Amino acid sequence: MNAQPIADNLFTDDNMTALVGARNKQTGHISFPLPLTPNENIEPIALASRGTVWTYTVQRFPPKTPYAGPADPENFKPYIVAYVSLPGQTMVESRLTGIEPEDVEIGMEVELTAIPLDPDAPVDERVMIHAFQPV
Amino acid sequence: MSDVCIVGAGIHPFGRTEGRDGMDQGVYAVKQALADTGIAWEDVEFAFGGSAASGAADTMVSKLGLTGIQFINVSNGCATGGSALNAAASAIKSGEYEIGMAVGFDKHPRGAFNADPSAYGLPNWYGEAGYMLTTQFFGAKIMRYLHENGLSREALGRVSEKAFRNGAKTDHAWRRSEVDLETIMNAPMISDPLNKYMFCSPAEGAVALILASEKKAKELGGPMIRLKTSVMRTRPPGSFEVFAASIDNERGGTATEIAAKAAFEQAGMGPEDIDVAQLQDTESGAEIMHMAENGFCPHGDQEKWLIEGRTEINGALPVNTDGGCLACGEPIGASGLRQVYENVAQLRGTAGERQVPGDPKTAYTQVYGAPGVSAVTILQR
Repeated sequence: MNAQPIADNLFTDDNMTALVGARNKQTGHISFPLPLTPNENIEPIALASRGTVWTYTVQRFPPKTPYAGPADPENFKPYIVAYVSLPGQTMVESRLTGIEPEDVEIGMEVELTAIPLDPDAPVDERVMIHAFQPV
Repeated sequence: MSDVCIVGAGIHPFGRTEGRDGMDQGVYAVKQALADTGIAWEDVEFAFGGSAASGAADTMVSKLGLTGIQFINVSNGCATGGSALNAAASAIKSGEYEIGMAVGFDKHPRGAFNADPSAYGLPNWYGEAGYMLTTQFFGAKIMRYLHENGLSREALGRVSEKAFRNGAKTDHAWRRSEVDLETIMNAPMISDPLNKYMFCSPAEGAVALILASEKKAKELGGPMIRLKTSVMRTRPPGSFEVFAASIDNERGGTATEIAAKAAFEQAGMGPEDIDVAQLQDTESGAEIMHMAENGFCPHGDQEKWLIEGRTEINGALPVNTDGGCLACGEPIGASGLRQVYENVAQLRGTAGERQVPGDPKTAYTQVYGAPGVSAVTILQR
């Protein structure tokens, strides 16, 4: 078994090349992710893989449940959470990766990738989540 | 239509009280409010009340007396207290009742509020991947606001410094000691740009207010504190709220902006007419945003205001004179009513060490919470 996305319907495919957004057929309004229950007015749409950082923060303490990533207070590594503006679509809440918190700038260009929720898990047991990285 | 008056107010100290549950803190506040009004529980014709975590408010009749009173429970998240007050005022304005009560109380466990994704219509992965934290929302929101409006992180520290300075003078506050700006700025970060001195904590406490018609208030003979307006509004399109996996590229207004506008219209006043204000300060960034969203200053002027001390107790517009949520903590059901309690004390001139000088005549409150609700009151003496 290879690394798997954390959920079905999060990415368009198993290679995790794009996120799945929800487009309202009547209004054209796009949001993320797909609603929990199917809705005939909503169709899936592949979201853009490039965008810009609209805002961000840093998770400095280990979250409680339902967080499923590494939460040992001794070894907890803070992670960056951003809203990434995808032009003409929506702003997606996402981890940033490949950059330190002090180097993040609002407006910087980023692109979609996938990262393991627990980087220390064996490769074939990894659960993958979406993230954006500097271009 | 006759005005609705606040004729009595009671509070159970905020913070942590071992061995007393949230409901009993509510009962304590009610008894204090009754004594303050000079009436007995039997005289109260109706009540609206609520808590988020401490049970159904109407069950407090077993502690207060089984008078057969109409007692309606209110559940409106962070606006619970504001909504109870709003409903109580409407009941009197309708002419059906002469005197009634609004009560809010709570007792939360320590630490950040824990939330379940499905309760917000979100998939489980949202929580598992580490997004289900209110602290992240506050950090991300004020990060953008500071950037857009050219404000520095130090402005956040100044809000906290003022909160603890005012809390030190307030009997009902939880945090009773001052903290200097340097200590605040160097504290451990929670969710950038907000650190541990810039967030309020879930806490405990209770507030009860007795409301009466103008006629009844005159009979009671106390100071006439008029509730000029009480407005609650929900969010408009394009607002930025907690637990949003996506937000629109096209940005919109806020629930607070529309609640403030409606409140000023109803009261026939403007922001320049307000002598003292209690604004939601879940974290210090919220006070900064709400200074502008309520119309008290232009976006971007907040840091200048703080440096000049305009929102200090002796400033042009004192804000959060009892230290707000930052110094009092946030028991969800009671928080909005604490703001009104503080304004009643300020307008009566009984606020002691933290009394706003110059005989304030008008006072404003605004509470904000998930999922994008805001409640405003304006009092006048």
